[in-house]
Amino acid sequence: MRLTRRSTILLRVAVGLGLAFIYIPLLVLGLYAFNASKILEWPPSGLTFEWFPKAIESTARDALWTSIKVALVATTIALVLGTLASLAVSRHRFFGRETISFLVVLPIALPGIVTGVALNNTFTQVFGIDLSLFTVIVAHATFCIVVVYNNVIARLRRMSTSFEEASADLGAHTWQTFRYVTLPNMRSALGAGGLLAFGLSFDEIVVTNFTIGAGEETLPVWIFTNLFRAQQRPIVNAVAVIVVLISIVPVYLAHRLTREEGGAAAARGGKPIEAEATAVP
Amino acid sequence: MRTQDAHPVRTAWCVVAGLLAFMLLLAGCGGGGDNGGGGGEELSKLGKGEGQVNLIAWAGYVEPEWSKPFEQKTGCKVNVKVGGTSDEMVQLMRTGEYDGVSASGNATARLFEGGDVDPVNVDLVPNYKTVFSDLKDQPYNTFEGKPYGIPHARGANLLMWNSNDVRPAPKSWSVTMDPKVASKYRGKISQYDDPMSIAEAAVYLKMHEPDLGIDDPYELSSEQFDAAVQLLKEQRANVGEYWSDAEKQISSFANGDIQVGTTWQYQYFLLKEEGKPVAASPASQGFLPEEGATGWSDTWMISSEAEHPNCMYMWMNWIIEPKANAQVSEYFGEAPAQELACKETKNPNFCEEYHAENPGFWKRVYYWKTPLADCGNGSSDCKDYNDWVQAWTSIKG
Amino acid sequence: MATEAVVEKRSVGRRLAGLFHGRPRLQVSSLLAAPVGWLVIGYLGSLAILLLAAFWSVSPVSGELQKTLSFENFETLFNESVYRTIVGRTVLIAALVTVTDAILAFPIAFYMAKVASRRTKAILVIAVLVPLWSSYLVKVLSWRNMLGGGGLIDWALEPFGLSSPGLQGNTSVWLVMSYLWLPYMILPIFAGLERIPNSLISASEDLGAKPFTTFQRVILPLAFPAVVAGSIFTFALTLGDYITPKLVSNNQFIGNVVYNNILSDNLPFAAALALVPIVIMVGYLLVARKLGAFEHI
Repeated sequence: MRLTRRSTILLRVAVGLGLAFIYIPLLVLGLYAFNASKILEWPPSGLTFEWFPKAIESTARDALWTSIKVALVATTIALVLGTLASLAVSRHRFFGRETISFLVVLPIALPGIVTGVALNNTFTQVFGIDLSLFTVIVAHATFCIVVVYNNVIARLRRMSTSFEEASADLGAHTWQTFRYVTLPNMRSALGAGGLLAFGLSFDEIVVTNFTIGAGEETLPVWIFTNLFRAQQRPIVNAVAVIVVLISIVPVYLAHRLTREEGGAAAARGGKPIEAEATAVP
Repeated sequence: MRTQDAHPVRTAWCVVAGLLAFMLLLAGCGGGGDNGGGGGEELSKLGKGEGQVNLIAWAGYVEPEWSKPFEQKTGCKVNVKVGGTSDEMVQLMRTGEYDGVSASGNATARLFEGGDVDPVNVDLVPNYKTVFSDLKDQPYNTFEGKPYGIPHARGANLLMWNSNDVRPAPKSWSVTMDPKVASKYRGKISQYDDPMSIAEAAVYLKMHEPDLGIDDPYELSSEQFDAAVQLLKEQRANVGEYWSDAEKQISSFANGDIQVGTTWQYQYFLLKEEGKPVAASPASQGFLPEEGATGWSDTWMISSEAEHPNCMYMWMNWIIEPKANAQVSEYFGEAPAQELACKETKNPNFCEEYHAENPGFWKRVYYWKTPLADCGNGSSDCKDYNDWVQAWTSIKG
Repeated sequence: MATEAVVEKRSVGRRLAGLFHGRPRLQVSSLLAAPVGWLVIGYLGSLAILLLAAFWSVSPVSGELQKTLSFENFETLFNESVYRTIVGRTVLIAALVTVTDAILAFPIAFYMAKVASRRTKAILVIAVLVPLWSSYLVKVLSWRNMLGGGGLIDWALEPFGLSSPGLQGNTSVWLVMSYLWLPYMILPIFAGLERIPNSLISASEDLGAKPFTTFQRVILPLAFPAVVAGSIFTFALTLGDYITPKLVSNNQFIGNVVYNNILSDNLPFAAALALVPIVIMVGYLLVARKLGAFEHI
């Protein structure tokens, strides 16, 4: 698109300001991770590396491992359920089809506290089971379904059914077609959806608070417990910085996965840029 | 893919709807958990330790200084969850995943009524014999004639201020409660984020508006209640922070955001240790502003679903060991429950300073307790806890 | 050449596939069984049970649920003015945050989608996604430090004679929430803008439209559903949050009151209040669906 020089400059300034807004608090956070004193004052009085080894040794490690476990299982469940639902919606017509996409987005659109309390109530009062990592996984999977569903269904809609029909014509049965034709084409959507679901589950605190057992801790729960302990706060900051640095890897991977389809557009389930087609829905 | 009549799928939806309705029925008619108050069994014999004990405690009540020797002696590993308010503690106890709690008076009745705690067999707690007699058989730790807990310690809520910014040194709660005085410190006042603050206002009004006839700040008629609520609504404009996390309040005082407010000795001593210029009502006044104060008398209670009851009994006995009770009382800054602890304190005058042996002093300290509609004055028109909670929401706005 | 008839041993998979073949209803039902079961029975069921509790009451001391039908909770909600204030405040801030984020996000998304080179775009995408992975709690804490007395904002505004909005009131909540949800607004708008074929824009320019007119008449309408999609997140997340208001402000939002009532054992009242954001969000979602946002989430 051709823009006037002035517009381009203004745009660049706006982008710069926006990025500054996004990153300054993160940089401040990073700075505090090196803060020498335990009390937070600005500007920080001195710098030190001591919090990082302490962070790595602390109970945060167990919490991190628990978070990863929960996120992996929840993502897997979400992948399965999301794919099943999107296969049904994109390939068939049936009563109640429109409501599925509405239904799927509800857990993420309703306030976390409502989801958390409702699930907690059902687990403890109606079913009488104890809270544990299992209940957390169920809760996380519930709101992760939507991200997988949206990515996969967008991909399925773009994928012409002629491939599947050709495969059937060549003698493959349903599972073979799915395994050799449909699934490979969905791979990037599954990858992007799965990564987003993992990220959602990994950082979730509100619903987790209401569904986790007393003896367990995911990383956000650990942070929440230690947030105000003066002794622990610098360690919390260091842990946060470490997690952000580590997370650059999966974000980059997600980007590579979807790059062949036009970048984050496909990551969100959008159609790629087709030069001559109109994208008007 | 033909478009077909969706009959079978419609049937499927009907099945789903039916299951949903069934679930609702289950929830609506099924028993909602615990039985009504009491009915628990006390332990008859102390067995071997189970290897761990899960406690809910106030900040500063369970510290390595006395919990580590306990672990070494009994082999019971101590896991502690710090609660910020009694509400939080009651909720945590109701999950049934903890063995015991250091409950204040506004939690004990609720735990008993909810069937969450068992009576304590005091014969299994040898140190109980030498607990101060004015802590035994009290309405907040005795139900249906049976002891439901082991007294831990008691104290009064403190008025704390920044000695550099708040002059002259306040002698009365008017510095936070009287709108004229409090407005001098607008935005720098810290008030406890709990409906119990209504009792603080009632204590203030008991002295400053005697016409209201307030006697017990937890048993308030409509008129008295409304007056206290109104006072707090006026206070809101001056409040900088409603705190429920002790550490949060510490950092607010430390960086100067807050200059005066209600606090506990735990925060006071920690701030002093960091060299911050904080002061509280002096010992000569009994650590109390002139109106007196609300306070607490805490009791260790055992969960009715305790998985480690033996360790819990051992803990209850340990925490009122003269040495341990002395340690925790001095660390936190409260009056010990154990008589013999007074000989073990590092400061030989500790018990005297904290009036541990002076029952008369505690008449000016109004222990937290659950407000009930049926208060002692014969009529049942006092405001109950639900009213207090609703009012607190309105006060904070 | 095989003269014997190749009687294919039909594998289990093939036989099972045969069962489903030509029976689309069976296919649909078995595909949907798990997800729908999970969502409808598990999730909606839990919600329904919770909302059922809104019609009950609770005994103040023992916390026992009295399962008798009563409208007491709703009466309190309507009669006490404080709840109107709280709901109004929450909705207002949610709307403000949504508008703020839309304004902040659009230039960035536009630059990423239409102006930036391929390499810059890749860098920007990663740059926008990374903050999503830093802990929500720590970000809020960082803002709390920045907003507090003597923090970064005070220090930066001092030469202008201004001071930070502080940790009371609504401004801090608006700032922090706008910050937290910004990536959730950038990404859908970016995706939506990318979908707009460059040929449309070229056509508009060829027809003589100035850049601004192209923007106004072609790009904006096409990008609007994506903006609505992003707004679902910013609005919903603000509507229900209680941790941020608790950490950076004194004011109560819907989430705080729900949370406090759960803590005080008053589940029925919490459920009654929770109905408000549920109704609001369902309405919002229905409108958003009409506007085409569901293609862009």
